[in-house]
Amino acid sequence: MNYLMRRLATFPLVLIGVSVLVFVAIRMVPGDSITAMLGTEAGLLTPAQRDALAAYFGIDQPWFIQYWRWVLGLLHGNLGISVTYGKPVLDVILERFPLTLELALLAMIIALAVGMPAGVFAATHNEKLSDLGVRVVAMIGQSTPNFVLALLIIYTLSAGFGVLPTMGAFSPLWQDPLRNLSQLLLPAVTLGFAFAASVTRISRSAMLDVLSDDYVRTARSKGASNRTVIWRHALPNALIPVVTLSGIEFGYLLGGAVIVEQIYALPGLGRMILDAILQRDYALVQGSVLFIAFNFMIVNLLVDLAYVALDPRIRLGER
Amino acid sequence: MMPLLSITDLRVGFGRNPEANEVVRGVGFDLAEGETLAIVGESGSGKSVTALSINRLVDYGGGRITGGSIKLRRADNSVFDLLTATEPQLTKIRGAEIGMIFQEPMTSLNPVLTIGTQIEESFRLHRGLTGRQATAAAKDALDRVRIPDAARRLEYTPNQLSGGMLQRVMIAMALACNPRLLIADEPTTALDVTVQAQIMALLAELKRETGMSMIFITHDIGLVAGIADKIMVMQGGEAVEQGELNQILDHPQHPYTQHLLHAVPHFASGRATRSDGRREQDKGTEPALKVDGLVVRFPVKSGFFGRASGAVHAVDGVDFDLMPGETLAIVGESGSGKSTTARAILGLVRSTRGTFSAGARKAAAEQSALPVQMVFQNPYASLNPRLSIASILAEPVIATGGRVNAQTRTKMAALLKRVGLPESSLERYPHEFSGGQRQRLCIARALMLNPSVVVLDEAVSALDVSVQARVLELLVELQREFGLAYLFISHDMAVVERIAHRIAVIYAGQIVEIGDATSVLSEPKHSYTKKLIAAVPTIDRRREHFELDTRQVPSLVRPLGFEPEPARWDEFGPDHRARVEA
Repeated sequence: MNYLMRRLATFPLVLIGVSVLVFVAIRMVPGDSITAMLGTEAGLLTPAQRDALAAYFGIDQPWFIQYWRWVLGLLHGNLGISVTYGKPVLDVILERFPLTLELALLAMIIALAVGMPAGVFAATHNEKLSDLGVRVVAMIGQSTPNFVLALLIIYTLSAGFGVLPTMGAFSPLWQDPLRNLSQLLLPAVTLGFAFAASVTRISRSAMLDVLSDDYVRTARSKGASNRTVIWRHALPNALIPVVTLSGIEFGYLLGGAVIVEQIYALPGLGRMILDAILQRDYALVQGSVLFIAFNFMIVNLLVDLAYVALDPRIRLGER
Repeated sequence: MMPLLSITDLRVGFGRNPEANEVVRGVGFDLAEGETLAIVGESGSGKSVTALSINRLVDYGGGRITGGSIKLRRADNSVFDLLTATEPQLTKIRGAEIGMIFQEPMTSLNPVLTIGTQIEESFRLHRGLTGRQATAAAKDALDRVRIPDAARRLEYTPNQLSGGMLQRVMIAMALACNPRLLIADEPTTALDVTVQAQIMALLAELKRETGMSMIFITHDIGLVAGIADKIMVMQGGEAVEQGELNQILDHPQHPYTQHLLHAVPHFASGRATRSDGRREQDKGTEPALKVDGLVVRFPVKSGFFGRASGAVHAVDGVDFDLMPGETLAIVGESGSGKSTTARAILGLVRSTRGTFSAGARKAAAEQSALPVQMVFQNPYASLNPRLSIASILAEPVIATGGRVNAQTRTKMAALLKRVGLPESSLERYPHEFSGGQRQRLCIARALMLNPSVVVLDEAVSALDVSVQARVLELLVELQREFGLAYLFISHDMAVVERIAHRIAVIYAGQIVEIGDATSVLSEPKHSYTKKLIAAVPTIDRRREHFELDTRQVPSLVRPLGFEPEPARWDEFGPDHRARVEA
């Protein structure tokens, strides 16, 4: 409990660091929201008009004043207003987030459901032909860019079966589960494939390590069958690296998957952030980066708690 | 009737071509019901592989049985051929008829499962017990190996128990289904000597209770004198000699058996101590190292801000002095503070209090300003695998700001030659050397700076017994030649007896007895020293009845500001004193 409190206490510090970085970084990119909004016509503005607009957006002040204003708003739960959407930043993010979260969860479920058994299988058939097969597929999975995979999937489905992935307006899970799944399944498979490949490789090597451990020999000396040895004695000991990897990958996916969202025409966080950057929508970029950093920290915390649940030797917060 | 186990001409090989790569070459023996066979040999002799072949676990370690036969007579007198058995048949034999315990109790239990779950598994597999019945059976099994408070211990995971306790759990697990044969593969090698005595006592007692047969594998021929009926000596994959216990111990025929019995250090209760270089009683000589009131404490932190709430008193008021040319052995069990003492002297851990003066008098003019050097326990881990021997030997010189010049190179070559390695070794890398050779390299490295004191922290413990003897000889020769003072830290009384002039016994961070080696070993005065010496296995103490003793070492964690009472000493003779016991 103490540990949890201490961990949570570090969150604001990290968020301040991240916010300063993103605040400065986005302002170092040439151009500003006025130019982005008006395009070539921005050149027609008189200096006075430009100054008035800059004052309206608040970008006439030095960056630390802007930062101070922004942080003050943040303390009141106000992430600012998005220039492009004309809505509060938090509303824009929360509109997009359910899709991204669901997509990330689905991809992870697919990855673990496929990757772990494949890894265990390869480890227990070490250096046999079947192990080699699994390793080759995993290698392909890791090295195929996901736009290639996405296009292959769409092409095969439409050319071979005359089916097109469901596009159009996104329906949340709680409104139309079937339509929702038909929209998200293929993107999730696309993202899950490379993810599964990583899980396969890491669970294979972790299992190989564990299978040569002394307690596995002990279990066999007790008369445990091969199946018991693998699933009951070895696998729980091999899970730590799998959890570490899954946590990192899942954290990345929560930041949105720009390419896959683009190909399947999904309104996720990734495309939103890309647009925000292109439009110099400062408030939205800052807000969403902060939001992603926060999610990442939560995921890391959950990963650490999972370690404790998996291995009684690990005690958090001990120095 | 057929014996319980009959092995003939067993051959086991490894790798892609097992026939060409045999590590067991034609071993055979019979084991009768209730009999104990000790298989004795050094590492690589094939003793463990032989044992693992009996329950066919060798298959999982990459081994293949290439010839011979292993036959087990089952409880119903049918004969079971272990070589042709299928895997499902074997799982019914393992654990039920053949139990096994291993060398490393710390790693041989599954770290993520409670010990209760692991013991229950045996009952589930072979007795079909589940739920409450299995739990009750597991508790009985723990009671049987004399683990106090068994019901609560079932909930523990292995990291919460000491090595000795874990080995008892292993025994409880192996004996859960009353196997008729127990294979014990070096079950006490990783344990302290007093704990070893307890485990041996327990095994002897359980053997009497159940009438099981036992195969006991060890490198220590002294250890089996107390428990074995028959001995088989293995070397290079072959059984070079086997026979009745007394016949082997008293009239060994094979030269290797004779070597094991005579060339290897065996504990002789102070009769085999050194006669050279004894401490002179003149007070004129300055000690090479003087330690005064050494205290090392590690804070224990707790609470939200991690405030120190107490301290581990690892070393609590240790004083001694060490004369040039003298060996002081510090003996004690793991956690007693003997290694911490050494590390504090070298500055590897910060001492809380106390002074030491090293090199107050230099034994020779060319000795350096860094008079204390160290040789560590594990020669495999203490040489950087990426550095050539030349770089390794040059390291101490570079570290002290010296320059690697022709003189340094001459010294390297001379030292290598002195420790018995060819000069061509300089261009080679650590992995090209055996354990004994590596320890010689470590010794050469320690001597590069002409130290006056060398700390040897369990320096021969990781070596095979016959290699041990040769490294000890080398150490004694070097001591005479260079006038070195040794601080020899060890848990092994037999080794200590060969090299020490004086002995300090350390227990719970304090010296409890110190003095002349002969008189400490032959007439121990402190109760802990007596217990320690009584626990040392010897060939002389044949079929001795070990007493079970479950006393625990006191906790070293003390509240903040705690100071131990000043020590009071009883003097026994000119150089022998022991702490007065409360």
